[in-house]
Amino acid sequence: MTGETESYTRRVVLAGVAGATALATVPLLVRRAEATPETMKAAIHRVIGESPVRKGKVTLDIPPLVENGNTIAMSVSVDSPMIENDYVKAIHIFNEKNPQPDIISVHLGPRAGKAAFSTRIRLADSQNVVAIAELSDGSLWSDTAEVIVTIAACLEYN
Amino acid sequence: MARTLVNVPPKAKRGQVIEIKTLISHIMETGYRRNESGAPIPRDIINLFTCTYNGTEIFRADLHQAIAANPFISFHTVATESGTLQFQWTDDNGQIETASAKITVE
Repeated sequence: MTGETESYTRRVVLAGVAGATALATVPLLVRRAEATPETMKAAIHRVIGESPVRKGKVTLDIPPLVENGNTIAMSVSVDSPMIENDYVKAIHIFNEKNPQPDIISVHLGPRAGKAAFSTRIRLADSQNVVAIAELSDGSLWSDTAEVIVTIAACLEYN
Repeated sequence: MARTLVNVPPKAKRGQVIEIKTLISHIMETGYRRNESGAPIPRDIINLFTCTYNGTEIFRADLHQAIAANPFISFHTVATESGTLQFQWTDDNGQIETASAKITVE
């Protein structure tokens, strides 16, 4: 009987300690800079305004599973004839969970011949990446890719 | 400032779509990392890349911290005439690095 009471007491104490540790950790988590789906939406809004965005025409190519978030190959292409009165004006790429929601914005014209580009990006966490293409007629098209990152970027402290 | 590498086909047929690949060595410091003593390392990234073809801009990119170190960018253009492609990278400190490549169009 006494033994049980003692172990019960110890459990309470341990739970208390665990709780305190959790509480101490919370402010640290809160302080970390991180873009959220909301900040991504705000960033998209800032760049393209109120206009509606439709799915399609854009192909965002990123490996679905990457080991190292510090360098991830990404290519984007848009289905467009790239002629004088029908071309892709710009392609914007956004992320949800990096400290900043913007990745890159490229500006093209009919002289590109082909609406496509490639680069290498950093991702701080597993998340969605969004590509939005702005066409010469003002319409907006998008594609989303989900990426799982096993080693995140931005976390190393020298 | 930095070493650059550009890959432009030396010859192309008129009207042909060519691929251009560019690379520059740059740390792309995000501004979110800290050094040994805990002080933040100031942001230093290339924020603008442009390419002109005989003086006309054909490609421009605004880069952010989410671009990996040593930025690689590849894109396309139509080979219109023989001449020079000029590449320019600008970083946060206002330093500019340039490169150029000649192309012969038949």
